[in-house]
Amino acid sequence: MTLTANTDRLLFSATPHSSVEFPARLREMEDVKGSDGLGDTELRLGLPGTSTATRSAKRALPEGDEESHDELRRTSAAKAQVVGWPPIRSYRKNSFPARKAEAEAEAEAEAAAGLYVKVSMDGAPYLRKIDLSVYKGYKELRESLNHMFQCFSLGELSRREGGSGSEYAITYEDKDGDLMLVGDVPWEMFISSCKRLRIMKGYEARGLESRKH
Amino acid sequence: MTYFPEEVVEHIFDFLSSHRDRNIVSTVCKAWYRVERLSRRSVFVGNCYAVRPGRVMARFPGMKCLSVKGKPHFADFNLVPHDWGGFALPWIEAAARGCPSLEELRLKRMVVSDESLELLARSFPNFKALVLVSCEGFTTDGLAAIATHCRGLRELDLQENEVEDHGRQWLSCFPDSCTSLESLNFACLKGEVNAGALERLVARCVNLRSLKLNRAISVESLARILARTPHLVELGTGSFTIEHGAEAYQRLIHAFQKCKSLKSLSGFWDVAPRCMQSIYSICPNLTVLNLSYAPAIQGADLVKLIRHCFKLQKLWVLDCIRDKGLAVVASTCKELQELRVFPSDIYGTGTAAVTEEGLVAISSGCSKLNSLLYFCHQMTNAALITVAKNCPHFTRFRLCILDPGKPDPDTNQPLDEGFGAIVRSCKDLRRLSLSGLLTDKVFLYIGEYAARLEMLSIAFAGDSDKGMVYVLNGCKNLRKLEIRDSPFGDAALLENVGKYETMRSLWMSSCDVTLGGCKALAAKMPRLNVEVINDTDESDEMEENPSDMHKVEKMYVYRTLAGARNDAPEFVEIL
Repeated sequence: MTLTANTDRLLFSATPHSSVEFPARLREMEDVKGSDGLGDTELRLGLPGTSTATRSAKRALPEGDEESHDELRRTSAAKAQVVGWPPIRSYRKNSFPARKAEAEAEAEAEAAAGLYVKVSMDGAPYLRKIDLSVYKGYKELRESLNHMFQCFSLGELSRREGGSGSEYAITYEDKDGDLMLVGDVPWEMFISSCKRLRIMKGYEARGLESRKH
Repeated sequence: MTYFPEEVVEHIFDFLSSHRDRNIVSTVCKAWYRVERLSRRSVFVGNCYAVRPGRVMARFPGMKCLSVKGKPHFADFNLVPHDWGGFALPWIEAAARGCPSLEELRLKRMVVSDESLELLARSFPNFKALVLVSCEGFTTDGLAAIATHCRGLRELDLQENEVEDHGRQWLSCFPDSCTSLESLNFACLKGEVNAGALERLVARCVNLRSLKLNRAISVESLARILARTPHLVELGTGSFTIEHGAEAYQRLIHAFQKCKSLKSLSGFWDVAPRCMQSIYSICPNLTVLNLSYAPAIQGADLVKLIRHCFKLQKLWVLDCIRDKGLAVVASTCKELQELRVFPSDIYGTGTAAVTEEGLVAISSGCSKLNSLLYFCHQMTNAALITVAKNCPHFTRFRLCILDPGKPDPDTNQPLDEGFGAIVRSCKDLRRLSLSGLLTDKVFLYIGEYAARLEMLSIAFAGDSDKGMVYVLNGCKNLRKLEIRDSPFGDAALLENVGKYETMRSLWMSSCDVTLGGCKALAAKMPRLNVEVINDTDESDEMEENPSDMHKVEKMYVYRTLAGARNDAPEFVEIL
């Protein structure tokens, strides 16, 4: 099963047991396709560590009453990010003031979609892609990366301050192509300059740190 | 038959009404080719880049009506970048040089500049009809030029275009001597027009039968207009906001009662439900009703209205009609041939507006149904199988389940069997759009049974290359294939390359086709243009020399006699 870069952009329901902070935006491939016994070797876009649930009445929104207003906004913005779906002419979409607001939200979301960055982790077999615009700050980002990559038995990704036991460090490549340590610059500056993220072994990153001081 | 005089052959060809038939007879022999080309009056160019404009003018010097289409269909859904192409100017220039007796021009999905409209207005003394559908690039200044210079204009039909508003004077540019208008549609214009000029214009055009106003036209103005145009057959109202008891409302009802010929209604932009009562007197005569821009009219009011419309043949509504409302349509509108149900709540939380039940109800009540566009939240195989049995006459079947890849909610199965039933039962099916969870199997069915299929739209469907191959190998009348977000790659693309010369075009976006695959196709088939369209916002992905393994985001392939086009923007690479 090949992965297209754009399945990342498809937004589907979260699996029932997802407890991640950001809306699940990756579609799970069906179980049906694994019927030839090669299911285990198939690449799947499910969250690592989750099993592929059967396609039981997937709803368009993640379930959970704890959905904050924020989450709902993100989800509906996220939902709007499948470009050109549903197939309705923009003329029609823009015809109603209410719908126009939605169309504008979609356009906003599409503009925000530019904040997708790849996340690689040393030793992990495949990369992930995340949307930086849904996070409010570094803490959220770290927590979500932690959750995302925990199946690769990372241990905690922690800040260098408390990070005496940290095995891994989160770094990023900025607009100039330089490798930087995540957390040094204000969040807003970070998200506007970050091009990709890389989770590397702690000892490699320490070199970065000392370079800075 | 070559021993008949040419006049006789030409006379016989006069009976051939379709472009396809005329194209076929022109290939029989040189004599027929010659007779046919000199007597052809109406020319249709399905893809503006398939042939050079000059060549068309040279071949058909007696052409009176020209129809040209530009951008691929998926441009309607913002999948084609803005400056991709499809310019009208070269066609108008060539026609001005080669066919100055042109009378009608129809353009769809093209970029039409004010300059082209001005050239058009001045170049054709017998010009009678301009129809622009889903076009862009012009302003009301261009329309002013048309109004000013086209003496004897009969038809100005602007459907869903993006028009920049440069003021309302364009309508006043129709000279007082203009009395020839039969059809005027400016519903897509956002700005105001000069109401007085409009009222005078419609009053003096005694043959006016079709008038579609834009949202800016008030009800008061509408009442005055209707009083002057009692013979109207088609009407698109303006905003239709009105106080129920107001005097204008009474005048409007009175005016409607005088319009005994009205058969088609649309518009109703901001209408309040109560005001729909004003048209009850016309409803029994209506054959066409478009309420798809009137979200304020909900279920119960819609139903009350529809109960009066028993002659309806074409109905466009929003899904707030609900399954119950569709049941009323089914029991009332026995003559219904075309139904379109649009979504009113695209980004919402999925309050089920219409489901498979509504469609099944329609199919059991409206046996003449042949054209469907249906946006819904869910569909079942059982429902589709029932619909297929009830309505074997579908020529166009477009189903859009709003949640991509959604299975049958009752059985959790893909919708292969449901669509399979449709293609098996509807032997005249020419156009099909799929949605929901679908495996390669549905394509096996389509390839096997959809013999007359001409246009197929695929999104988020299929498992492997086999799916696309079934279609390419099976559907012998396929002309347009458009695919998005489906796992079809180079193997499928290259399996049957000869097929693409029998088709107008192939569109694939967010699939698994690579640059290498596209290059291979282009190398094998020199008479195809293989366009690779790069997303302009993927700057972090774009490399100087992308490898052949790089997946192509958007690809558009079409047969052409004109070679690579020279107006392609930077982000389009023609291999």
